[in-house]
Amino acid sequence: MSVTRLLAISLGAILTNNFIFAQFLGICPFLGVSKKSDTAVGMGLAVTFVMGLASAITYGVNQILVALGLEFMQTVAFILVIAGLVQFIEMFLKKSIPTLYTALGIYLPLITTNCAVLGVALLNVQNGYSFIESVVYGITGGLGFLLAIYLFSTVRERVEFSDYPKCFEGFPIALITAGLIALAFMGFSGLEVWPM
Amino acid sequence: MNFGKQFKEGLITNNPVLVQLLGMCSTMAITTSVSNGIGMGVSVLIILTLSNIFISLLRKIIPDEVRIACYIVVIAGFVTMVDLFLQAFFEPIAKSLGVFIPLIVVNCIILGRAEAFANKNSVAASAVDGICQGIGYTAVLLVLCVFRELFGAGKLLGVDVLLRFGYVPAGILTLPVGGFLCLGTLIAIVQWALQKSEKKKAAKAEGKEAEQA
Repeated sequence: MSVTRLLAISLGAILTNNFIFAQFLGICPFLGVSKKSDTAVGMGLAVTFVMGLASAITYGVNQILVALGLEFMQTVAFILVIAGLVQFIEMFLKKSIPTLYTALGIYLPLITTNCAVLGVALLNVQNGYSFIESVVYGITGGLGFLLAIYLFSTVRERVEFSDYPKCFEGFPIALITAGLIALAFMGFSGLEVWPM
Repeated sequence: MNFGKQFKEGLITNNPVLVQLLGMCSTMAITTSVSNGIGMGVSVLIILTLSNIFISLLRKIIPDEVRIACYIVVIAGFVTMVDLFLQAFFEPIAKSLGVFIPLIVVNCIILGRAEAFANKNSVAASAVDGICQGIGYTAVLLVLCVFRELFGAGKLLGVDVLLRFGYVPAGILTLPVGGFLCLGTLIAIVQWALQKSEKKKAAKAEGKEAEQA
């Protein structure tokens, strides 16, 4: 395993194949929790943390499933593991780091149904990543999410006070804004780490 | 039971995508071609109906504290069944939908209907709700798919429609950007229409009051 390969995976996950703007994973929290930039950053960090941890654990779970010849149970096993993991993190934070727990608040349980988390677990298997590659992909994918949601929230704070047609109020204007940021992200699409 | 009212709710006034704003990820990601849209729409329709029926059957047994976990297990079971079925009989569609078929597990529409409808209503009503909401979702997918495939690639179901007349496809529509812009505009149009019809109703009501006075 070479460092360049890990670098290529990271670059892809953060910029060229951004989870939000290129793969459409995790749109619900992206639109739901992006009205203020500080809560957006909180959500982004929580997602990064869970995605990294989930990548590591689902890698092990997948090894067990393959050994037992139960690959078709992947979806069920992964979602259960992720739900359990999120619940566990919630309990752990509540006991040991209550300040972080209150800061993350409702976002933690919401992460269970964030398709970016289940998506990263499934993509790791699909791409045949090794353990370290999986963890790197999970963490950098989360960082890509953090970057996207932070950029989006800062733009959205300004859009709030601007003048747009009334029927675009709420989600439509948010989607159009996101579309324009996605357009900017398309500029990264030729980027490659050389040599692969 | 009024099937008509539920049908109207699912299709327009309480449409899962356009009004409840659920299931955005899959809606934008897979609406690049009509065959994808049909595959995804029908899969969700089937899973939604089955999970609604099953959760409604179990609504008195499932303890309240762990209900979300139970719903997810039920939904994941049905998703796995549909996933295996598609891989066995409709391989091209399963390949092009890729990771989005297993991701139906975390599609908020299905969990949302389980929580908002199936755990409070009878089995028959839940089944009808699943079918109506599923049709509403499929209808939105098809509208977006037809628009994006026709103008983004000049084709419909992979068959050349516009290209032969010298149409230059607007490739941006089939890219992720197109997904955001098209869905945003579609929701705006629906909001505009709903606001307009509400205004009309309000005006009518006012008119009646004035007459009575």
